[in-house]
Amino acid sequence: MYGFGDICHGTVGDNALCSDDGGSAKIDGVEATEARLRPPRHLVSRKAIGYWTLRALGGWLPVVAGQVAWTLGDGGHLPWHLAGLVLTGVLGAAHVIVMPQWRFRVHRWEVTPEAVYTQSGWFDQERRIAPISRIQTVDSERGPFEQLFGLANVTVTTASAAGPLKIRGLDREAAERLVDHLTEGTSADRSDAT
Amino acid sequence: MTERNHGGWRRLSARMLLVHPVQELLRAWPVLVGLVVAGSAGGQGSWWSLGATAAVIIGGLLRWFTTSYRVTAEQVQVRKGLLRRQVLTVPRDRIRTVDVTAHALHRALGLAKVEVGTGRTDRKNDGVRLDALHAGEADRLRAELLHRAAASATGPAERPRETLLARMRPGWVRYGPFTLTGFVTVGVIAGVVWRSLNEAHVDPRRIQVLSALLDRFGRTSPAVDVLVVTVALLVVVVAASTFGYVLAFHGFRLTRGDAGTLHVTRGLITTRAITIEERRLRGVEFSEPLLLRSVGGARCIAITTGLRVGRGAERGGSLLLPPAPRAEALRVAGAVLRDDAPFTRTLTGHGPRAARRRFSRAVGVALLVVGVAVVSWALGVVPAWTWQAALVLVPLAALVAADRARALGHAVVNGALVGRRGSLVRRRSVLSCEGIIGWNLRRSFFQRRSGLATLVATTAAGRQRVEVQDVPLEEALRVAEEALPGLLTPFLER
Repeated sequence: MYGFGDICHGTVGDNALCSDDGGSAKIDGVEATEARLRPPRHLVSRKAIGYWTLRALGGWLPVVAGQVAWTLGDGGHLPWHLAGLVLTGVLGAAHVIVMPQWRFRVHRWEVTPEAVYTQSGWFDQERRIAPISRIQTVDSERGPFEQLFGLANVTVTTASAAGPLKIRGLDREAAERLVDHLTEGTSADRSDAT
Repeated sequence: MTERNHGGWRRLSARMLLVHPVQELLRAWPVLVGLVVAGSAGGQGSWWSLGATAAVIIGGLLRWFTTSYRVTAEQVQVRKGLLRRQVLTVPRDRIRTVDVTAHALHRALGLAKVEVGTGRTDRKNDGVRLDALHAGEADRLRAELLHRAAASATGPAERPRETLLARMRPGWVRYGPFTLTGFVTVGVIAGVVWRSLNEAHVDPRRIQVLSALLDRFGRTSPAVDVLVVTVALLVVVVAASTFGYVLAFHGFRLTRGDAGTLHVTRGLITTRAITIEERRLRGVEFSEPLLLRSVGGARCIAITTGLRVGRGAERGGSLLLPPAPRAEALRVAGAVLRDDAPFTRTLTGHGPRAARRRFSRAVGVALLVVGVAVVSWALGVVPAWTWQAALVLVPLAALVAADRARALGHAVVNGALVGRRGSLVRRRSVLSCEGIIGWNLRRSFFQRRSGLATLVATTAAGRQRVEVQDVPLEEALRVAEEALPGLLTPFLER
């Protein structure tokens, strides 16, 4: 968190980024048993919820459309088709409503002078920690829909192919500042980092 | 015979002008057989294949004219390409490994291929590849690239001394049949034969021996047929595995050079010499595939930056010891790391919750398969024997789960992280803590419910990761703190 207050003060209207509560045990995505390794301090942008909802919808619509087409084309077996459609509808709705909220509570990040620390996922979750001294590249990228929401992803890679740290759904300005901060920090260190 | 021109640029051996055409012809031989046997009856396809082969041969010849390399005090450079000129530059202090390979043609002409490995493991075709140099030149180049420290101390003329760590014993061949490489070999041979028959438009039913066999099968009971085919396949696979073992590992030697290098030489027809710089060695993987474990065998694989673990029996050149007696593998692993303890120390188990997770996952999947089979049978889609056969999966899954649960273990021993897991291939990975870059702490929904986590140490070497699977969360944090003190501290709440 040190030396990083500027990101919080700079992003007006996005209080979530300044959330400093450290993820109390009340948050359902993070359980009380994890008390010893606390989650990263910062949430991602609240706008990411909308983006994730849109993406989940985009995944379910073709499935529903396919089922409807099958129902119309088949002619018979109507009860079976209806049961299938209801099942898809319930699963899809649950996913579209629950996943983005859950994900938003889980996706967190933090940068200290020594390390980058991220948490991601929803049903399955993962925390990644990499020392600043081992960072090899810092990339940011935005897909077309992410641009629509004013979002950006930051990817921090190390020499290991197993450990890129991805922070998804950051506010665009916050992402830019994060990249600047990290590249400044790593260019000072010229060792091999393998 | 190496041609030199200004700037120290050297060419590949001119004998490669012979090797390339022969190589390509060999590769295209099913097509040629088709052309010779069936005349032009093969139609357009065969002539196209032949034309493509000719083009490849000409391309191969051009490669000799366009490729040159040089070694300067700081870097190795390769120039190549005809239309798209490329200059590859590798700084010499980034060279991790040198791999000298010579297949039968190379050896007949006294040549060897040199591959220089760097730490850039994220790309497939990185680094310098010189195909091929004179064998003597290749050896000199290897010494030049990796023994430079010793060379400057003792003078270039003196060959660095080497200590022998392990060598092949004839008795090890008995582990050959338990490596399963025979299946691959048999598959490849079957593929080549099938393609040749196809290209030559020979109907297998018209070959007398085969049709006689088929006739006999037609008259006996199916059970006998299955038995005969199984036994025949087994014999062929065992023979092929044993042959493959000898082919790959004949004359195996593992030595340590004075300049801090490990040196592996092996191979009957294709010889391979791999040099690994010890300061790039991050650990050793002691692995026991189930079949090999059942006869008391094991093998060792190097965890090195610059050598990514490949597929096949040779593990992409990172193999330190071929399938050998377990005690010998333990000794070699200890000798390579100069410390036995990480391989012999008793590991901390992961407890009953981890074991329960292994059982619920394995048996759960088996029960799911049985359930699907039962439902399909009830709907009249499949006959009853499918779900009865599927029931066999349940005890099998339980056995594998028990074995997997028993395998789980971890420790931090003398500055190295040790993680063991797996049943079909049991791996005990020893990774020096200096080689650990960071941590991934994975927790699935069900792992969170049972208070477990999978701790992954990321590294630039070998498989890029060492996993401590399904360990209680508190223990995972303790291990991470012990292995890399301080990294987690700012994020811990006590």
